[in-house]
Amino acid sequence: MAERERRLTPPYGGVFVARTRVMSADDINRAIWRMAHEIIERNHGVDGVMLVGLQTGGVPLAQQLADALDKIEAPEDPIPVGSLDVAFYRDDIGLRPVLPEAVTDIPAEIDSMVVVLVDDVLFTGRTIRAALNALSDYGRPKAVQLAVMIDRGHREVPIRPDFVGKNLPTRRDEVVNVGADGVELGEMVK
Amino acid sequence: MKHLLSIADLDADDLHELHRLTDSFVEVGQRPIPKVPTLRGRTVVSLFYEDSTRTRLSFETAAKRMSADTMTFSVSTSSVKKGESVRDTVETIEAMGIHAIVVRHSSAGVPWQVAQWTSASVINGGDGWHEHPTQALLDSYTIRQRLGSLVGRHIAIVGDIKHSRVARSDVLAFTKLGAEVTLVAPPTLLPPNLDGWPVNVSHDLDAVLPKVDVCYLLRMQRERMTEALVPSLREYTALYGLTRRRASLLSTDALIMHPGPMNRGVEIAGEVAEWPNAVMVDQVRNGVAVRMAVLFLLLASEGPVGE
Amino acid sequence: MSSGSGTIVRGGRVIDETGTRRADVAIGDDGQIVAVGPDLDGTGATTLDASGCVVTPGFVDLHTHLREPGREEAETVESGSRAAALGGYAAVVAMPNTEPPIDCAAVVRQVLDAGAAAGLCDVRSSGAVTAGRKGEALAPYGEMAALGVRIFTDDGNGVQDEGLMRRAMEYGRTMNAVMAQHCEIDSLASGGHMNEGAWSSKLGIPGIPAEAEELMVARDIALAKLTGATVHLQHLSTAGSVDLVRTAKAAGVRCTAEATTHHFTLTDECCASYSPLFKVNPPLRIDSDVAAIKAGLADGTIDAIATDHAPHTQEVKELPFDEAPPGMLGLETALALALTELGDLSLEQIVGLLTWRPAAIAGLSDMHGGPVAEGRAANLCVFDPETAWTVDPARSASRSRNNPYAGRKLKGKVRHTILFGTPTVIDGEAQR
Repeated sequence: MAERERRLTPPYGGVFVARTRVMSADDINRAIWRMAHEIIERNHGVDGVMLVGLQTGGVPLAQQLADALDKIEAPEDPIPVGSLDVAFYRDDIGLRPVLPEAVTDIPAEIDSMVVVLVDDVLFTGRTIRAALNALSDYGRPKAVQLAVMIDRGHREVPIRPDFVGKNLPTRRDEVVNVGADGVELGEMVK
Repeated sequence: MKHLLSIADLDADDLHELHRLTDSFVEVGQRPIPKVPTLRGRTVVSLFYEDSTRTRLSFETAAKRMSADTMTFSVSTSSVKKGESVRDTVETIEAMGIHAIVVRHSSAGVPWQVAQWTSASVINGGDGWHEHPTQALLDSYTIRQRLGSLVGRHIAIVGDIKHSRVARSDVLAFTKLGAEVTLVAPPTLLPPNLDGWPVNVSHDLDAVLPKVDVCYLLRMQRERMTEALVPSLREYTALYGLTRRRASLLSTDALIMHPGPMNRGVEIAGEVAEWPNAVMVDQVRNGVAVRMAVLFLLLASEGPVGE
Repeated sequence: MSSGSGTIVRGGRVIDETGTRRADVAIGDDGQIVAVGPDLDGTGATTLDASGCVVTPGFVDLHTHLREPGREEAETVESGSRAAALGGYAAVVAMPNTEPPIDCAAVVRQVLDAGAAAGLCDVRSSGAVTAGRKGEALAPYGEMAALGVRIFTDDGNGVQDEGLMRRAMEYGRTMNAVMAQHCEIDSLASGGHMNEGAWSSKLGIPGIPAEAEELMVARDIALAKLTGATVHLQHLSTAGSVDLVRTAKAAGVRCTAEATTHHFTLTDECCASYSPLFKVNPPLRIDSDVAAIKAGLADGTIDAIATDHAPHTQEVKELPFDEAPPGMLGLETALALALTELGDLSLEQIVGLLTWRPAAIAGLSDMHGGPVAEGRAANLCVFDPETAWTVDPARSASRSRNNPYAGRKLKGKVRHTILFGTPTVIDGEAQR
């Protein structure tokens, strides 16, 4: 299985080379706090709100958002935070190598909860489509909302975010990398 | 990976990857709706020339939980009874448009032959005395789940090694994952030549049991008596059965495993099979997740790179 | 001398039991050699070019399965004869495990007649040791011997019963019979499908231990000593068997032995492919056995290279390994395998193992394998020892394709074969 390395090196077969830094770590932090306030405002508090980060980029952001929500609202119990891997729900199986990155962990019943899906970059919308399908196998949430750090456009399905860190116009062939120390725009070099 | 024919074809990294993948499917199995759409539109055929309801159901459950369609081709209901060759059967099934064939046959090597006659992925569901790779995957996964890792663990495999595809696959999987394996059996139930097998051999179960982290028991077939391999089941149990007394020699956290179906009172005492450290139910449960991981790896994880 | 007709084999190097020399061979219309010597006048004769080639007696195979009667879908006497001719053979001994078995004069006559009708090879018949090859009662040796049968064997099975084998040897002795044995003790071998060893253990295929063969080799040597009969030990496959024969010969026991090409070229590792093409009986053994077979061929312990040419249809060779019948093709690859793999042997030794030594065992020395000399029957093989070629099973003259050497590069190829003066093969092409 010599292909393993290739398949396990995301995003398959290339090296990311950054061209521009579009957000600093501080910018991300400020955006998190703003989005936290927007989530509270939209839901009149955090009662019945659960955050679910999408594997893998959405997971640390979901935790950061949850920390901010806990600080602002100081609920009795911390906001539940889960993670979701959508590999099994993708619609491009057979078109490209697909492997789950990590195990899904939904920490509580989602029935009649407001589930805020969290991801780092919103691009074609297909990952979110897959995530909505996955969520429906866990139950029937009262509502599903979507928070993303970067909305880079180029949607292929009718999906829009509820909470956005930054709208970033891009070319299709560009790559957006969200890391702990900021957001970079660049491309994959073979 | 196109086929899963034997553990001998896999290295430790492959086994780790399959275990990691199995973690994801164990989680799927715990969901309110334990089913994912991953293999919609794929067809998985069970081609069973030998009865094995357990293995067949496990594979079919795995396929169904991934939304694949399943077909069963079993000898008792098919044209095989009318003398159709394996090749003709495979080519007929293939013409129906299928993606994977799980082959079970009483002759070693049939999955290799089938792989030459089909473009579908072939999964060895047990071939003669040779291998039963998904059993070894679920066994090693169960040990990893319970003990964290197989590295440095000592595993005794007890019983009819010679005729056991489970033993051959388990020895390979366990040792590739870093465990030390001791085979415990009378010489008549050991393979005639163990050159190149990375194992210890013992004929004294009492001496081995206190040292092991896992005691893996094999099914003792009644027909071995007529072949003069052991004098009687009674003597076999006396020398190699995991009786209540023997089981008490095991350390308190050692696992007791069996591939099923068990002969209670022969290779294992009925009450020992109910002990909390007897993990046969875990093995069966993990079997479904492991087979989902195998189907996923063969049918869903491949694809052209790039758009 | 001058010959106005006939055939002349020109420009070759003649090798026979009398030695090696450059010579042309002139053959008369009566099928006899009329002259052997340098630069013969061949005016008016058909010339067969032997430049760069070795001219030897036509080969003799002690062990050929022609499948007729009974399994003509796998081979017929005619198709097998053609494969033999292409392999350089002028005579083959047909094994008796046909359906019905060759255990009486009627079936012997059927095989001989088919061979004569095909006219591609001198087809001789063996006869079964026991009626129906069942290992229970003696077959009628007298009526078969009257038709020229000399080798008696239950090949495909060994005669299990020691008492019966003793009687067979005693009774056959009066007919100048050679008792040939497929040495295999059933109770040790039964259920086995390949050599018992590291590979069978790993592959989970039931094995046949070397001792299953060696015990019967030892038994038959003892019985030959007891009865004074001549015993021929077929297809030796183990180092132990070679040792037993070597010791017996040194002690003066009347025994001879053959080894097949596959037993000095292939090992049990081939079975790892699970391809039934590599299933054969006796099974392919291990490296040290292959080395012992080669040593036995080199020091004369083993008297003949045999093919054990055993055609099987594709259908049965696609059965699971343990259900498929044993056997592989051999007639068309024997010479090249010997030349390619027996590097320690001289060309003269290899020719002897293919010609005069098997001819002597089969009692054919008056017509086959003898010196290439005036007055002898013109059964000849002309081969180029250096021609390199790649085995392509699709090109076989056999009806079957169970050739384990597909794609193997070999050296040495038959150019012409001559049967009683008539070319059966010219420039590698069968003439009928």
